[in-house]
Amino acid sequence: MNLERIDQIIDKHHGEASSLIQVLLDVQAENHWLPQEALERVAERLQVPKTRIRHIATFYKAFSLTPKGRHEIHVCMGTACHVRGAGRVLSAVQDQIGIHPGETDLDLKFSLETVNCLGCCALGPVVEINGQTHGKMAPTQTAEVLKKYE
Amino acid sequence: MRITSLAALEELRQKILSTRDPRRPCITLCSGSACLASGSGAVAAGMEEEIRKQGLSGVVELRKTGCHGFCERGPIIVIHPEEIGYLQIGPMDVPEIISQTIKEKKVVDRLLYTDPAGKQKIVHEPEIPFYKHQERLVFGSNGSIDPKSIEDYIAIGGYSALAKALCQMTPVEVLDEVKKSNLRGRGGGGFPTGRKWEESRRAPGEIKYVIVNADEGDPGAYMDRSLLEGNPHSVLEGLIIGAYTVGANEGYIYVRQEYPLAVENVNIAIEQAGAYGLLGSNILGSGFDFKIMVHQGAGAFVCGESSALMTALEGRAGEPRPKYIHTAVKGLWDKPSVLNNVETWATVPLIINKGAEWFTQIGTEKSKGTKIFSLVGKIAHTGLVEVPMGMSLRDIIYRIGGGIPGGKRFKAVQTGGPSGGCLPEGLLDLPVGFDELTQAGSMMGSGGMIVMDEDTCMVDVARYFLDFLTDESCGKCVPCREGIRQMLKILTRITEGKGREGDIELLEELSEVAGEASLCALGRSAPNPFLSTLKYFKAEYEAHIREKRCPALSCKELIIYHIDPEKCQACMICARKCPVQAIDGGKNRIHVIAQDKCTKCGTCLEVCPSRFRAVKKISGMPVPPPLPEEARMIVREGGKKGSV
Repeated sequence: MNLERIDQIIDKHHGEASSLIQVLLDVQAENHWLPQEALERVAERLQVPKTRIRHIATFYKAFSLTPKGRHEIHVCMGTACHVRGAGRVLSAVQDQIGIHPGETDLDLKFSLETVNCLGCCALGPVVEINGQTHGKMAPTQTAEVLKKYE
Repeated sequence: MRITSLAALEELRQKILSTRDPRRPCITLCSGSACLASGSGAVAAGMEEEIRKQGLSGVVELRKTGCHGFCERGPIIVIHPEEIGYLQIGPMDVPEIISQTIKEKKVVDRLLYTDPAGKQKIVHEPEIPFYKHQERLVFGSNGSIDPKSIEDYIAIGGYSALAKALCQMTPVEVLDEVKKSNLRGRGGGGFPTGRKWEESRRAPGEIKYVIVNADEGDPGAYMDRSLLEGNPHSVLEGLIIGAYTVGANEGYIYVRQEYPLAVENVNIAIEQAGAYGLLGSNILGSGFDFKIMVHQGAGAFVCGESSALMTALEGRAGEPRPKYIHTAVKGLWDKPSVLNNVETWATVPLIINKGAEWFTQIGTEKSKGTKIFSLVGKIAHTGLVEVPMGMSLRDIIYRIGGGIPGGKRFKAVQTGGPSGGCLPEGLLDLPVGFDELTQAGSMMGSGGMIVMDEDTCMVDVARYFLDFLTDESCGKCVPCREGIRQMLKILTRITEGKGREGDIELLEELSEVAGEASLCALGRSAPNPFLSTLKYFKAEYEAHIREKRCPALSCKELIIYHIDPEKCQACMICARKCPVQAIDGGKNRIHVIAQDKCTKCGTCLEVCPSRFRAVKKISGMPVPPPLPEEARMIVREGGKKGSV
């Protein structure tokens, strides 16, 4: 991500230190992770210590300090999904792509995360891939869905 | 065009209404997040195309509304003015709907709701049992307006409460009305809204804030999302009235970034309200100025707590602080700040419009009005329901929710999210209210209601919530950070069959410390899922610890999968689907699971044809010995099975 674009994001939020989280969210949304250079630029422009940025980047779940795969898989582990068997769906996904939640595979194809509720409880168990929701999943269906992503 | 007076708002409303013919056919298509996930976007595109193709542009209106609530059967459409409800429609159904129902006025039977008991079809949406027994005061408009259109909201009487408050009432009069209504916070604690407002109003300082808490983090709850997505103006209207009452000129909406549609719709709503002069300076000519900022939450459950949320708004890590002084007095940037939940704010315009007296007639003595619940889990009609306080759990689950699917038995209902608890069958007649639920060991919370059937293990549910809370604890205070973690460790041990005598007592001790000594409500209420399941389902804990048995056949480490040789038809489906090739058997050879290879993924149970049902789960018993090899061959005579 180039620094010019980061500057634009910071300007959009008027360069205020209180907008730190909003700035980081925008960077994360565009770049899918927060590279070191980006954090340094934000620290310099918003006049916020790097330790605080680090604190925020590790405190909130939306941020990632490592690169993400081309396809981001979120398996919902909300209560409604849990009682309908989300745990078994997660195991199936893990077995198929060979990584655990929080990890990205070596080809940078998939990143796997669990989330605590996507708010689509009526459709549980839910798996969201690149923002697209796949509802009423069964462990045996996951392979079919994952196949669509290259 | 800026509206500068109450009369001008009324004039605008009449002007909008005069352009709308109530007899003109209007199709409302649910475009809430759940329906969009079920393909409502494709239906919308198909409909626009079909309306044009059949030459009905301008004759029939297509309105993309917010969530109707019956998410299980989405995408949903309702055809007005007849209110014909069609469920689970796909793009293929669109041409027929347009040509039959819109043009010929004929009902398409197969798209109607079918009553599971009587096999009776129900034509009109309000008569579907799911809707019929609800009282949709706050949530009702969701299905009839386009959330991206302020005109739609004004047409149904929107912003009239704001006009009444600003132009005809003093802030004290508004406050008195809210106090008289006994409105209690819908986000969790149930603190009286009027008292909170009064505290802020009286607090010293020129600058004050009002904040919408839309950081809906409770897993299994999504009513705030649907309200903010489907009717954002009702939340704004309540917020502006609140700001006028306490004397705030700035407001914030703290909304989870996981809810992109809510963020989008609320931003559009703010812009539209500003263009009409319902936000900004000198609102409706009253001299009152107010502006709203939207702040996206970056994913932290603890930020739903008031002091943590305000810290997050300041651009820092959202950790709570001790609240010897309420945030209503010293909150955001140490200024008096009123924080209310989405649903609470959306209820305020109703109270101002119809009066506290009307509001207090609904509900129970101590819990007034209605409440939206997200009725999810093992329930036939999943969705969002709004009922008057005091309705029994049984009515909500059986009359509205249609009971437990698949002929299973009800076991428990979990309310209040991770801070709440599980209530057993014996308490199904409990009236739902703030104090009633708390007394029973659970709580109202924000309104999640997760129904569990006989297949749900209650020890695992407690472990699940503590796992959630361990993950979400901010780590600032020791009782929460360390206490919950130790509780999780013990509960995990129990579900893995490694529970020891004394574990329950140890958990109770840890519960007491975390419950008493934690800094914020997250830690203080964290033991609730454990304590309530222990109170009502102690036998399950004991079965896990003493017999190494999971009565619900759910805990992976305590169950084995077994193929019943009497029932197996050697169809090879499970053997082929098994991801680890743990099933031995060929054509006409009864299948056997190799327990040392089995990963207990449950695929075999899932794929075994329902006419055989040969795969079973066993817990607390040894694996039955396999059949001797010679007894495994099936000889079929005339299609019937018999062993050699």
